[in-house]
Amino acid sequence: MNQDRRDFLARSGKLLLLTGAAQVAFEAILRGEPAAAPNYRTADHWWGMIIDVEKCIGCGNCVRACKEENDVPREPFFFRTWVERYHVQEGDVEPPDVDSPNGGYDGFPERYRTNDGSKSFFVPKLCNHCARSPCVQVCPVGATFESPDGVVLVDKTYCLGCRYCVQACPYGCRFIDPRTKTVDKCSLCYHRITKGLTTACCETCPTGARQLGDLKDPKDPIREFLRTHKVQVLKPQMATGSKTYYNGLDGSVR
Amino acid sequence: MSVLFGHKEHLVRMAALFGVGVVAFLVLQALLVPEGFGVYGHYRAGALEENRARPVAFAGRAACVECHSDVPEAMKGGRHEGVRCEACHGPLAGHAGDPAEKEAVRPDSKALCARCHAANVARPARFPQVEVADHAGGEACTTCHAPHNPLAPGRASQPGLAPGTAGQPGLAPGPAGHPGGVENGGTK
Repeated sequence: MNQDRRDFLARSGKLLLLTGAAQVAFEAILRGEPAAAPNYRTADHWWGMIIDVEKCIGCGNCVRACKEENDVPREPFFFRTWVERYHVQEGDVEPPDVDSPNGGYDGFPERYRTNDGSKSFFVPKLCNHCARSPCVQVCPVGATFESPDGVVLVDKTYCLGCRYCVQACPYGCRFIDPRTKTVDKCSLCYHRITKGLTTACCETCPTGARQLGDLKDPKDPIREFLRTHKVQVLKPQMATGSKTYYNGLDGSVR
Repeated sequence: MSVLFGHKEHLVRMAALFGVGVVAFLVLQALLVPEGFGVYGHYRAGALEENRARPVAFAGRAACVECHSDVPEAMKGGRHEGVRCEACHGPLAGHAGDPAEKEAVRPDSKALCARCHAANVARPARFPQVEVADHAGGEACTTCHAPHNPLAPGRASQPGLAPGTAGQPGLAPGPAGHPGGVENGGTK
């Protein structure tokens, strides 16, 4: 950015006069992106998701919808969201059997029997949109970041493809897009939620097992849900500040 | 004082060097740091806008019912009430934008219904499931079931609720809410 003294003084002056949100909005207008300023104000939102494990039927709608909505590579093993099937032996939580054939894209062929004392269930996974993301902390160039409204995003034009973040994510939510050689991950459908739509996975989940929520909106059902349910985040011991809350999560899930 | 300023060319040289360094730093910074970097944090502010710029593929239920207002009526009170349009009909933002441009295709019920309702032990036991082959005998689901309201009264028969449905409990018909119902004010 070319910055002469006049610019510098003007900017400093504004910085002193305007603070916080006003400054952000003003900057957006200055950049010629007034759309970023009104209507949707990042400071008014703090996005998270609840996943009700007991409602997930493993239909794979979320996986297919996500690939469709976000142009995720169709070849196997590239997923922004996927569904895992856990199989736990009676009285023996460790180790669980986990499988996720093609991420659940084609559903789950029947594999286990009912009456052998074991239990099995589905667990949808996606980026946990951590408030203290390990992946963001390791990015050497600032190509991935926590947005002011709590979404972990990737700046695809700025990513080097160094893969530090892929290794840093404790939830395995990142991959290198084979076409661009840059990192890709769940964006919580940022292009949708900032327009008042829900995410593609929540839109297509037939049982309401996944629900997007705005944790800053006092009227959002997610607030009531979190108050009235015993929820858990994945790997709480890693203190990632995950904002994907699981209801009915079994201890075997990691 | 003469010790300090007697040989002031040293100081001038150092000051000049420092000045050159500062200028070089500012020039490099201006060249290398992209526009908008650091406005919100350690990243390019424009990346937010770029992430927002993607076109949507799924129009969302609100867009569907703008024209198809009869369908929510049909779904009312039914077990599929909480299921949104594009969960079954697929991504139709193109159709919502211009119905002539992209035609909505009626999904094949045999494949579609089985995605959710084929018996699988990992599914919650109370979720209605059937052994598709035994249950339908190759018949399309929609022959007996109205997909928008599968338990609507007056439908010819509801074989899914007859005994012998793959030993799946929880299939008894009743007013019990759809397992994937609209708890907590519905899906968001």
